[in-house]
Amino acid sequence: MTQASVGQSLRVVGALARRSIDQTFRRPQFLAPILLFPTLLLAINVGGAGRAVDLPAFPDVGGFLDFQLAASTLQATMLAAVSGGVALALDFELGFNDRLLAAPIPRVAIIAGRLAGTATMGAVAAVWFLVLGLVFGAEIVGGPAGALMVIALSALSAAAFGGLGAALAVRSGQASVVQGTFPLAFVILFLSSAFFPQELMQEPASTAAAYNPLSFIVEGLREPVLYGISGETILEGLGGIAVVGVVGVVATALAMRARLRAA
Amino acid sequence: MTAALHLDAVGALMRRALNELLRVPGAAIPGVLAPSLFMLGLTGAFGELTELRGFETDSFLSFILPVSLVQGATFAGAATGVNLARDIEIGWFDRLLAAPTPRPALLAGIVLSASLRSLLPITGVLVLGLALGANWPGLGGLVVAVGLAFAFAAVAASWTVGLALRFKTQAAAPLMQASMFVAVLFTTSYAPQEVLTGWLATVARYNPVTRIVEGVRQGFVGEVTWAETWPALAVLVVLLVLMAAFALRGLRHAGD
Repeated sequence: MTQASVGQSLRVVGALARRSIDQTFRRPQFLAPILLFPTLLLAINVGGAGRAVDLPAFPDVGGFLDFQLAASTLQATMLAAVSGGVALALDFELGFNDRLLAAPIPRVAIIAGRLAGTATMGAVAAVWFLVLGLVFGAEIVGGPAGALMVIALSALSAAAFGGLGAALAVRSGQASVVQGTFPLAFVILFLSSAFFPQELMQEPASTAAAYNPLSFIVEGLREPVLYGISGETILEGLGGIAVVGVVGVVATALAMRARLRAA
Repeated sequence: MTAALHLDAVGALMRRALNELLRVPGAAIPGVLAPSLFMLGLTGAFGELTELRGFETDSFLSFILPVSLVQGATFAGAATGVNLARDIEIGWFDRLLAAPTPRPALLAGIVLSASLRSLLPITGVLVLGLALGANWPGLGGLVVAVGLAFAFAAVAASWTVGLALRFKTQAAAPLMQASMFVAVLFTTSYAPQEVLTGWLATVARYNPVTRIVEGVRQGFVGEVTWAETWPALAVLVVLLVLMAAFALRGLRHAGD
Protein backbone atom coordinates (compact mmCIF):
# COMPACT_ATOMS: atom_id res chain seq x y z
CA MET A 1 0.00 0.00 0.00
CA THR A 2 1.42 3.39 -0.98
CA GLN A 3 1.66 6.33 1.40
CA ALA A 4 -1.09 8.11 -0.57
CA SER A 5 -3.47 5.18 -0.33
CA VAL A 6 -2.78 4.83 3.42
CA GLY A 7 -3.62 8.51 3.82
CA GLN A 8 -6.79 8.08 1.81
CA SER A 9 -7.84 5.06 3.89
CA LEU A 10 -7.25 7.00 7.09
CA ARG A 11 -9.41 9.84 5.76
CA VAL A 12 -12.19 7.33 5.04
CA VAL A 13 -11.84 5.83 8.52
CA GLY A 14 -11.95 9.34 10.02
CA ALA A 15 -15.04 10.29 8.02
CA LEU A 16 -16.87 7.08 8.95
CA ALA A 17 -15.84 7.46 12.62
CA ARG A 18 -17.23 11.02 12.66
CA ARG A 19 -20.46 9.77 11.07
CA SER A 20 -20.67 7.03 13.69
CA ILE A 21 -20.25 9.51 16.55
CA ASP A 22 -22.75 11.95 15.01
CA GLN A 23 -25.28 9.13 14.71
CA THR A 24 -24.86 8.23 18.36
CA PHE A 25 -25.34 11.77 19.61
CA ARG A 26 -28.24 12.53 17.26
CA ARG A 27 -30.31 9.47 18.11
CA PRO A 28 -31.33 9.12 21.75
CA GLN A 29 -32.04 5.41 21.25
CA PHE A 30 -28.30 4.91 20.62
CA LEU A 31 -26.93 7.25 23.29
CA ALA A 32 -29.35 6.41 26.13
CA PRO A 33 -28.24 2.81 26.65
CA ILE A 34 -24.55 3.79 26.60
CA LEU A 35 -24.61 6.37 29.37
CA LEU A 36 -28.06 6.35 30.94
CA PHE A 37 -28.38 2.69 31.95
CA PRO A 38 -24.87 2.33 33.43
CA THR A 39 -25.35 5.62 35.30
CA LEU A 40 -28.66 4.48 36.75
CA LEU A 41 -27.19 1.12 37.69
CA LEU A 42 -24.21 2.85 39.29
CA ALA A 43 -26.54 4.99 41.38
CA ILE A 44 -28.59 1.95 42.42
CA ASN A 45 -25.57 -0.25 43.13
CA VAL A 46 -23.91 2.38 45.30
CA GLY A 47 -27.06 3.29 47.21
CA GLY A 48 -28.29 -0.29 47.48
CA ALA A 49 -25.09 -2.22 48.12
CA GLY A 50 -22.88 0.56 49.49
CA ARG A 51 -22.68 -1.09 52.90
CA ALA A 52 -20.85 -4.01 51.25
CA VAL A 53 -17.59 -2.30 52.19
CA ASP A 54 -18.47 -3.19 55.82
CA LEU A 55 -18.19 -6.90 55.02
CA PRO A 56 -15.07 -8.24 56.76
CA ALA A 57 -13.57 -9.73 53.58
CA PHE A 58 -14.19 -6.68 51.38
CA PRO A 59 -10.91 -5.19 50.07
CA ASP A 60 -9.70 -1.91 51.54
CA VAL A 61 -11.13 0.76 49.21
CA GLY A 62 -11.96 4.45 49.47
CA GLY A 63 -15.66 3.74 49.05
CA PHE A 64 -18.12 1.60 47.14
CA LEU A 65 -18.54 4.34 44.52
CA ASP A 66 -14.78 4.25 43.84
CA PHE A 67 -15.05 0.47 43.47
CA GLN A 68 -18.05 0.62 41.10
CA LEU A 69 -16.73 3.24 38.67
CA ALA A 70 -14.79 0.65 36.66
CA ALA A 71 -17.86 -1.59 36.37
CA SER A 72 -19.96 1.27 35.00
CA THR A 73 -17.25 2.29 32.56
CA LEU A 74 -16.87 -1.25 31.27
CA GLN A 75 -20.62 -1.66 31.02
CA ALA A 76 -20.84 1.54 28.98
CA THR A 77 -18.11 0.34 26.60
CA MET A 78 -20.00 -2.92 26.05
CA LEU A 79 -23.22 -1.07 25.37
CA ALA A 80 -21.36 1.31 23.04
CA ALA A 81 -20.26 -1.81 21.16
CA VAL A 82 -23.85 -3.08 20.95
CA SER A 83 -25.02 0.34 19.75
CA GLY A 84 -22.21 0.44 17.18
CA GLY A 85 -23.18 -3.02 15.97
CA VAL A 86 -26.84 -2.01 15.70
CA ALA A 87 -25.90 1.09 13.69
CA LEU A 88 -23.65 -0.98 11.39
CA ALA A 89 -26.43 -3.51 10.84
CA LEU A 90 -28.85 -0.66 10.06
CA ASP A 91 -26.37 0.52 7.43
CA PHE A 92 -26.64 -2.93 5.84
CA GLU A 93 -30.44 -2.92 6.08
CA LEU A 94 -30.65 0.52 4.44
CA GLY A 95 -28.11 -0.32 1.73
CA PHE A 96 -25.54 2.28 2.83
CA ASN A 97 -22.84 -0.34 3.33
CA ASP A 98 -23.53 -1.84 -0.11
CA ARG A 99 -22.62 1.53 -1.61
CA LEU A 100 -19.47 1.64 0.54
CA LEU A 101 -18.53 -1.88 -0.56
CA ALA A 102 -18.88 -0.79 -4.19
CA ALA A 103 -16.71 2.31 -3.60
CA PRO A 104 -12.94 2.23 -4.23
CA ILE A 105 -12.03 2.11 -0.55
CA PRO A 106 -10.50 -0.73 1.49
CA ARG A 107 -13.21 -2.85 3.11
CA VAL A 108 -11.35 -2.83 6.37
CA ALA A 109 -11.93 0.95 6.49
CA ILE A 110 -15.70 0.40 6.73
CA ILE A 111 -15.31 -1.63 9.92
CA ALA A 112 -12.37 0.41 11.24
CA GLY A 113 -14.41 3.61 10.88
CA ARG A 114 -17.21 2.16 12.96
CA LEU A 115 -14.76 0.81 15.56
CA ALA A 116 -13.00 4.18 15.80
CA GLY A 117 -16.37 5.74 16.56
CA THR A 118 -17.08 3.06 19.18
CA ALA A 119 -13.64 3.60 20.73
CA THR A 120 -14.37 7.33 20.98
CA MET A 121 -17.61 6.54 22.76
CA GLY A 122 -15.61 4.33 25.13
CA ALA A 123 -13.35 7.27 25.94
CA VAL A 124 -16.37 9.55 26.40
CA ALA A 125 -17.90 7.01 28.79
CA ALA A 126 -14.70 6.86 30.85
CA VAL A 127 -14.56 10.65 31.12
CA TRP A 128 -18.26 10.73 32.07
CA PHE A 129 -17.86 8.23 34.90
CA LEU A 130 -14.60 9.69 36.19
CA VAL A 131 -16.17 13.15 36.37
CA LEU A 132 -19.30 11.71 37.94
CA GLY A 133 -17.16 9.89 40.49
CA LEU A 134 -15.19 13.02 41.37
CA VAL A 135 -18.39 15.06 41.71
CA PHE A 136 -19.87 12.52 44.13
CA GLY A 137 -16.78 12.13 46.28
CA ALA A 138 -14.68 9.39 44.70
CA GLU A 139 -10.92 9.75 44.63
CA ILE A 140 -8.68 8.79 41.71
CA VAL A 141 -5.59 7.62 43.58
CA GLY A 142 -3.61 7.34 40.32
CA GLY A 143 -4.12 11.07 39.68
CA PRO A 144 -4.26 12.54 36.15
CA ALA A 145 -2.02 9.77 34.79
CA GLY A 146 -4.36 7.18 36.30
CA ALA A 147 -7.37 8.93 34.75
CA LEU A 148 -5.68 8.95 31.33
CA MET A 149 -4.92 5.25 31.75
CA VAL A 150 -8.60 4.53 32.48
CA ILE A 151 -9.68 6.55 29.43
CA ALA A 152 -7.20 4.74 27.17
CA LEU A 153 -8.18 1.29 28.44
CA SER A 154 -11.85 2.16 28.10
CA ALA A 155 -11.38 3.25 24.47
CA LEU A 156 -9.47 0.06 23.67
CA SER A 157 -12.11 -2.08 25.42
CA ALA A 158 -14.88 -0.41 23.43
CA ALA A 159 -13.04 -1.07 20.16
CA ALA A 160 -12.45 -4.71 21.15
CA PHE A 161 -16.11 -5.28 22.08
CA GLY A 162 -17.06 -3.31 18.98
CA GLY A 163 -15.35 -6.02 16.93
CA LEU A 164 -17.78 -8.58 18.32
CA GLY A 165 -20.74 -6.29 17.58
CA ALA A 166 -19.42 -5.67 14.06
CA ALA A 167 -19.02 -9.41 13.44
CA LEU A 168 -22.63 -10.00 14.39
CA ALA A 169 -23.80 -7.04 12.31
CA VAL A 170 -21.89 -8.16 9.21
CA ARG A 171 -22.98 -11.79 9.63
CA SER A 172 -26.69 -11.09 10.21
CA GLY A 173 -27.17 -7.70 8.54
CA GLN A 174 -30.10 -7.21 10.94
CA ALA A 175 -30.21 -4.60 13.69
CA SER A 176 -32.70 -6.63 15.73
CA VAL A 177 -30.26 -9.55 15.95
CA VAL A 178 -27.48 -7.31 17.28
CA GLN A 179 -29.91 -5.56 19.64
CA GLY A 180 -30.82 -8.99 21.00
CA THR A 181 -27.33 -9.30 22.49
CA PHE A 182 -28.08 -6.39 24.86
CA PRO A 183 -29.02 -8.72 27.79
CA LEU A 184 -25.99 -10.88 27.00
CA ALA A 185 -23.73 -7.93 27.81
CA PHE A 186 -25.23 -7.90 31.32
CA VAL A 187 -24.82 -11.65 31.76
CA ILE A 188 -21.14 -11.63 30.85
CA LEU A 189 -20.59 -8.63 33.09
CA PHE A 190 -22.36 -10.25 36.04
CA LEU A 191 -20.11 -13.29 35.55
CA SER A 192 -17.03 -11.13 36.10
CA SER A 193 -15.63 -9.29 39.10
CA ALA A 194 -17.08 -6.01 37.77
CA PHE A 195 -19.66 -5.44 40.49
CA PHE A 196 -18.18 -7.28 43.46
CA PRO A 197 -14.80 -8.72 44.47
CA GLN A 198 -14.40 -12.18 42.98
CA GLU A 199 -13.57 -13.79 46.33
CA LEU A 200 -16.89 -12.58 47.75
CA MET A 201 -19.06 -13.74 44.85
CA GLN A 202 -21.27 -16.81 45.10
CA GLU A 203 -20.70 -19.96 43.08
CA PRO A 204 -20.81 -20.61 40.16
CA ALA A 205 -20.42 -16.90 39.36
CA SER A 206 -17.17 -16.74 41.35
CA THR A 207 -15.47 -19.49 39.32
CA ALA A 208 -16.72 -17.99 36.04
CA ALA A 209 -15.34 -14.61 37.12
CA ALA A 210 -11.91 -16.09 37.79
CA TYR A 211 -11.53 -17.00 34.08
CA ASN A 212 -13.65 -14.28 32.45
CA PRO A 213 -11.45 -11.87 30.41
CA LEU A 214 -13.78 -9.08 31.54
CA SER A 215 -12.53 -9.55 35.10
CA PHE A 216 -9.00 -8.73 33.94
CA ILE A 217 -10.22 -5.73 31.96
CA VAL A 218 -12.27 -4.35 34.84
CA GLU A 219 -9.41 -4.79 37.30
CA GLY A 220 -7.20 -2.86 34.86
CA LEU A 221 -9.78 -0.06 34.83
CA ARG A 222 -10.21 -0.20 38.61
CA GLU A 223 -6.60 -0.25 39.76
CA PRO A 224 -5.71 3.36 38.76
CA VAL A 225 -8.79 4.63 40.61
CA LEU A 226 -8.38 2.59 43.80
CA TYR A 227 -4.64 2.16 44.26
CA GLY A 228 -2.70 3.90 41.45
CA ILE A 229 -1.10 2.55 38.30
CA SER A 230 0.20 -1.00 38.58
CA GLY A 231 2.07 -2.41 35.58
CA GLU A 232 1.00 -5.98 36.22
CA THR A 233 -2.74 -5.24 36.48
CA ILE A 234 -2.65 -2.94 33.45
CA LEU A 235 -0.90 -5.64 31.42
CA GLU A 236 -3.51 -8.19 32.50
CA GLY A 237 -6.20 -5.71 31.47
CA LEU A 238 -4.56 -5.27 28.08
CA GLY A 239 -4.36 -9.07 27.81
CA GLY A 240 -8.11 -9.34 28.41
CA ILE A 241 -8.73 -6.65 25.78
CA ALA A 242 -6.43 -8.49 23.34
CA VAL A 243 -8.38 -11.75 23.79
CA VAL A 244 -11.70 -10.05 23.10
CA GLY A 245 -10.19 -7.99 20.25
CA VAL A 246 -8.64 -10.97 18.44
CA VAL A 247 -11.90 -12.92 18.62
CA GLY A 248 -13.74 -9.85 17.28
CA VAL A 249 -11.33 -9.24 14.39
CA VAL A 250 -11.30 -12.88 13.28
CA ALA A 251 -15.09 -13.19 13.56
CA THR A 252 -15.61 -9.95 11.60
CA ALA A 253 -13.18 -11.01 8.87
CA LEU A 254 -14.91 -14.37 8.50
CA ALA A 255 -18.35 -12.73 8.47
CA MET A 256 -17.28 -10.20 5.84
CA ARG A 257 -15.83 -12.95 3.65
CA ALA A 258 -19.06 -14.93 3.92
CA ARG A 259 -21.14 -11.85 3.08
CA LEU A 260 -19.04 -10.96 0.03
CA ARG A 261 -19.17 -14.55 -1.23
CA ALA A 262 -22.93 -14.62 -0.87
CA ALA A 263 -23.31 -11.28 -2.71
CA MET B 1 -75.94 -4.32 24.72
CA THR B 2 -73.53 -1.40 24.35
CA ALA B 3 -71.53 -2.59 27.34
CA ALA B 4 -71.27 -6.03 25.75
CA LEU B 5 -69.98 -4.44 22.54
CA HIS B 6 -67.38 -2.53 24.51
CA LEU B 7 -66.31 -5.73 26.23
CA ASP B 8 -66.02 -7.35 22.81
CA ALA B 9 -63.67 -4.54 21.75
CA VAL B 10 -61.57 -5.02 24.91
CA GLY B 11 -61.43 -8.76 24.24
CA ALA B 12 -60.46 -8.26 20.60
CA LEU B 13 -57.57 -5.95 21.54
CA MET B 14 -56.37 -8.45 24.14
CA ARG B 15 -56.55 -11.29 21.60
CA ARG B 16 -54.58 -9.19 19.12
CA ALA B 17 -51.81 -8.63 21.66
CA LEU B 18 -51.70 -12.31 22.52
CA ASN B 19 -51.67 -13.23 18.82
CA GLU B 20 -48.50 -11.19 18.50
CA LEU B 21 -46.92 -13.42 21.13
CA LEU B 22 -48.07 -16.60 19.41
CA ARG B 23 -46.96 -15.46 15.95
CA VAL B 24 -43.62 -14.01 17.05
CA PRO B 25 -42.74 -16.05 20.14
CA GLY B 26 -39.18 -14.76 19.99
CA ALA B 27 -40.48 -11.30 20.89
CA ALA B 28 -41.41 -12.60 24.36
CA ILE B 29 -37.96 -13.98 25.11
CA PRO B 30 -36.29 -10.71 26.21
CA GLY B 31 -39.14 -10.04 28.63
CA VAL B 32 -38.52 -13.38 30.36
CA LEU B 33 -34.76 -13.44 29.92
CA ALA B 34 -33.95 -9.96 31.23
CA PRO B 35 -35.52 -10.27 34.73
CA SER B 36 -34.22 -13.84 35.04
CA LEU B 37 -30.69 -12.77 34.20
CA PHE B 38 -30.99 -9.81 36.53
CA MET B 39 -32.04 -12.13 39.37
CA LEU B 40 -29.26 -14.64 38.73
CA GLY B 41 -26.59 -12.01 38.11
CA LEU B 42 -27.37 -10.02 41.23
CA THR B 43 -27.51 -13.16 43.35
CA GLY B 44 -24.10 -14.26 42.07
CA ALA B 45 -22.57 -10.84 42.61
CA PHE B 46 -24.29 -9.48 45.71
CA GLY B 47 -25.32 -12.71 47.46
CA GLU B 48 -23.03 -12.04 50.42
CA LEU B 49 -24.90 -8.84 51.28
CA THR B 50 -27.26 -10.90 53.45
CA GLU B 51 -24.41 -11.08 56.00
CA LEU B 52 -25.06 -7.41 56.73
CA ARG B 53 -27.27 -6.64 59.71
CA GLY B 54 -30.79 -5.70 58.61
CA PHE B 55 -31.55 -8.50 56.15
CA GLU B 56 -34.55 -10.60 57.17
CA THR B 57 -33.29 -13.61 55.24
CA ASP B 58 -29.98 -15.30 54.50
CA SER B 59 -31.13 -16.12 50.96
CA PHE B 60 -30.41 -13.22 48.61
CA LEU B 61 -32.17 -15.15 45.84
CA SER B 62 -35.39 -15.08 47.90
CA PHE B 63 -34.87 -11.37 48.55
CA ILE B 64 -34.30 -10.41 44.91
CA LEU B 65 -36.79 -12.79 43.21
CA PRO B 66 -39.79 -10.55 44.01
CA VAL B 67 -37.97 -7.58 42.44
CA SER B 68 -37.56 -9.61 39.27
CA LEU B 69 -41.27 -10.46 39.33
CA VAL B 70 -42.12 -6.76 39.42
CA GLN B 71 -39.49 -6.09 36.76
CA GLY B 72 -41.01 -8.77 34.52
CA ALA B 73 -44.36 -7.03 34.89
CA THR B 74 -42.88 -3.64 33.98
CA PHE B 75 -41.12 -5.09 30.93
CA ALA B 76 -44.48 -6.37 29.72
CA GLY B 77 -45.90 -2.91 30.31
CA ALA B 78 -43.03 -1.21 28.49
CA ALA B 79 -43.38 -3.61 25.56
CA THR B 80 -47.04 -2.59 25.29
CA GLY B 81 -46.07 1.07 25.04
CA VAL B 82 -43.41 0.36 22.40
CA ASN B 83 -45.88 -1.74 20.38
CA LEU B 84 -48.45 1.05 20.55
CA ALA B 85 -45.82 3.55 19.34
CA ARG B 86 -45.18 1.21 16.41
CA ASP B 87 -48.93 1.01 15.68
CA ILE B 88 -49.09 4.81 15.73
CA GLU B 89 -46.11 5.07 13.38
CA ILE B 90 -47.58 2.69 10.80
CA GLY B 91 -51.04 4.29 11.01
CA TRP B 92 -52.89 1.29 12.42
CA PHE B 93 -53.83 3.16 15.57
CA ASP B 94 -55.53 5.91 13.54
CA ARG B 95 -57.94 3.31 12.21
CA LEU B 96 -58.60 2.15 15.75
CA LEU B 97 -59.40 5.71 16.80
CA ALA B 98 -61.87 6.01 13.93
CA ALA B 99 -63.79 2.96 15.23
CA PRO B 100 -66.98 3.60 17.26
CA THR B 101 -65.35 2.36 20.47
CA PRO B 102 -65.03 4.57 23.55
CA ARG B 103 -61.48 5.55 24.44
CA PRO B 104 -61.60 3.94 27.91
CA ALA B 105 -62.46 0.61 26.27
CA LEU B 106 -59.47 0.99 23.93
CA LEU B 107 -57.22 1.70 26.89
CA ALA B 108 -58.65 -1.21 28.89
CA GLY B 109 -57.96 -3.61 26.02
CA ILE B 110 -54.37 -2.47 25.62
CA VAL B 111 -53.61 -2.36 29.35
CA LEU B 112 -55.25 -5.67 30.23
CA SER B 113 -53.32 -7.36 27.44
CA ALA B 114 -50.14 -6.15 29.17
CA SER B 115 -51.23 -7.73 32.45
CA LEU B 116 -52.00 -10.97 30.67
CA ARG B 117 -48.69 -10.82 28.86
CA SER B 118 -46.87 -10.24 32.16
CA LEU B 119 -47.88 -13.73 33.33
CA LEU B 120 -45.20 -15.12 31.03
CA PRO B 121 -42.17 -13.46 32.70
CA ILE B 122 -43.78 -13.80 36.13
CA THR B 123 -44.15 -17.55 35.65
CA GLY B 124 -40.68 -17.91 34.13
CA VAL B 125 -38.96 -16.02 36.94
CA LEU B 126 -40.94 -17.83 39.64
CA VAL B 127 -40.20 -21.30 38.28
CA LEU B 128 -36.51 -20.51 37.83
CA GLY B 129 -36.13 -18.89 41.26
CA LEU B 130 -37.94 -21.64 43.13
CA ALA B 131 -36.02 -24.32 41.21
CA LEU B 132 -32.77 -22.68 42.29
CA GLY B 133 -33.75 -22.72 45.95
CA ALA B 134 -35.67 -19.53 46.70
CA ASN B 135 -38.00 -19.82 49.69
CA TRP B 136 -41.50 -21.09 48.93
CA PRO B 137 -43.81 -18.19 49.84
CA GLY B 138 -46.82 -20.40 50.62
CA LEU B 139 -50.02 -20.35 48.60
CA GLY B 140 -51.13 -17.06 50.15
CA GLY B 141 -47.78 -15.43 49.50
CA LEU B 142 -47.79 -16.68 45.94
CA VAL B 143 -51.28 -15.32 45.25
CA VAL B 144 -50.38 -11.94 46.75
CA ALA B 145 -47.08 -11.76 44.83
CA VAL B 146 -48.52 -12.76 41.45
CA GLY B 147 -51.63 -10.63 41.94
CA LEU B 148 -49.65 -7.49 42.79
CA ALA B 149 -47.18 -8.00 39.93
CA PHE B 150 -50.05 -8.73 37.51
CA ALA B 151 -51.80 -5.50 38.49
CA PHE B 152 -48.57 -3.50 38.42
CA ALA B 153 -48.15 -4.49 34.75
CA ALA B 154 -51.35 -2.52 34.11
CA VAL B 155 -49.85 0.52 35.87
CA ALA B 156 -46.67 0.22 33.78
CA ALA B 157 -48.67 -0.23 30.58
CA SER B 158 -50.85 2.83 31.30
CA TRP B 159 -47.74 4.94 31.85
CA THR B 160 -45.99 3.75 28.67
CA VAL B 161 -49.19 4.04 26.63
CA GLY B 162 -49.40 7.65 27.81
CA LEU B 163 -45.80 8.19 26.71
CA ALA B 164 -46.40 6.50 23.35
CA LEU B 165 -49.41 8.76 22.71
CA ARG B 166 -47.41 11.81 23.64
CA PHE B 167 -44.25 11.09 21.61
CA LYS B 168 -45.85 9.00 18.83
CA THR B 169 -42.54 7.30 18.00
CA GLN B 170 -40.65 4.16 18.94
CA ALA B 171 -37.68 6.42 19.66
CA ALA B 172 -39.38 6.97 23.03
CA ALA B 173 -38.69 3.33 23.93
CA PRO B 174 -35.57 4.12 26.04
CA LEU B 175 -37.63 6.62 28.04
CA MET B 176 -40.31 4.01 28.68
CA GLN B 177 -37.78 1.37 29.70
CA ALA B 178 -35.59 3.72 31.75
CA SER B 179 -38.51 5.20 33.67
CA MET B 180 -39.76 1.74 34.65
CA PHE B 181 -36.21 0.66 35.51
CA VAL B 182 -35.88 3.63 37.85
CA ALA B 183 -39.34 3.18 39.39
CA VAL B 184 -38.62 -0.41 40.38
CA LEU B 185 -34.95 -0.19 41.33
CA PHE B 186 -35.09 3.11 43.25
CA THR B 187 -36.78 1.14 46.02
CA THR B 188 -35.64 -1.39 48.60
CA SER B 189 -34.83 -3.62 45.64
CA TYR B 190 -31.23 -4.46 46.63
CA ALA B 191 -31.42 -4.25 50.39
CA PRO B 192 -33.83 -3.50 53.25
CA GLN B 193 -34.50 0.16 54.02
CA GLU B 194 -32.10 0.25 56.99
CA VAL B 195 -29.21 -1.06 54.85
CA LEU B 196 -29.66 1.47 52.03
CA THR B 197 -27.30 4.44 52.02
CA GLY B 198 -27.32 8.07 50.93
CA TRP B 199 -29.92 9.48 48.60
CA LEU B 200 -31.29 6.05 47.67
CA ALA B 201 -32.38 5.52 51.27
CA THR B 202 -34.44 8.73 51.06
CA VAL B 203 -35.83 8.07 47.58
CA ALA B 204 -36.78 4.49 48.46
CA ARG B 205 -38.57 5.67 51.59
CA TYR B 206 -40.87 7.94 49.56
CA ASN B 207 -41.06 5.97 46.30
CA PRO B 208 -44.56 4.44 46.28
CA VAL B 209 -43.30 1.43 44.30
CA THR B 210 -41.32 0.41 47.42
CA ARG B 211 -44.64 -0.57 49.02
CA ILE B 212 -45.43 -2.79 46.04
CA VAL B 213 -41.98 -4.43 46.07
CA GLU B 214 -42.34 -5.07 49.82
CA GLY B 215 -45.83 -6.44 49.30
CA VAL B 216 -44.65 -8.86 46.65
CA ARG B 217 -41.60 -9.81 48.72
CA GLN B 218 -43.22 -10.51 52.11
CA GLY B 219 -44.02 -14.20 51.55
CA PHE B 220 -40.52 -14.95 50.27
CA VAL B 221 -38.72 -13.55 53.31
CA GLY B 222 -41.28 -14.09 56.08
CA GLU B 223 -45.00 -14.17 56.82
CA VAL B 224 -47.70 -12.58 54.70
CA THR B 225 -49.46 -9.94 56.77
CA TRP B 226 -52.29 -7.51 56.16
CA ALA B 227 -50.04 -4.72 57.46
CA GLU B 228 -47.64 -5.29 54.51
CA THR B 229 -50.39 -6.04 52.01
CA TRP B 230 -52.80 -3.12 52.34
CA PRO B 231 -50.21 -0.38 51.64
CA ALA B 232 -49.25 -2.23 48.44
CA LEU B 233 -52.90 -2.49 47.39
CA ALA B 234 -53.56 1.18 48.20
CA VAL B 235 -50.52 2.36 46.23
CA LEU B 236 -51.52 0.13 43.35
CA VAL B 237 -55.02 1.60 43.17
CA VAL B 238 -53.76 5.19 43.35
CA LEU B 239 -51.07 4.59 40.71
CA LEU B 240 -53.52 2.81 38.44
CA VAL B 241 -56.00 5.70 38.63
CA LEU B 242 -53.28 8.31 38.00
CA MET B 243 -51.62 6.44 35.13
CA ALA B 244 -54.93 5.56 33.50
CA ALA B 245 -55.88 9.25 33.66
CA PHE B 246 -52.54 10.13 32.03
CA ALA B 247 -53.12 7.59 29.26
CA LEU B 248 -56.74 8.64 28.73
CA ARG B 249 -55.68 12.26 28.43
CA GLY B 250 -53.29 11.18 25.69
CA LEU B 251 -56.03 9.17 24.01
CA ARG B 252 -58.39 12.15 24.02
CA HIS B 253 -55.80 14.24 22.19
CA ALA B 254 -54.62 11.40 19.98
CA GLY B 255 -56.61 12.47 16.95
CA ASP B 256 -55.57 16.15 17.17
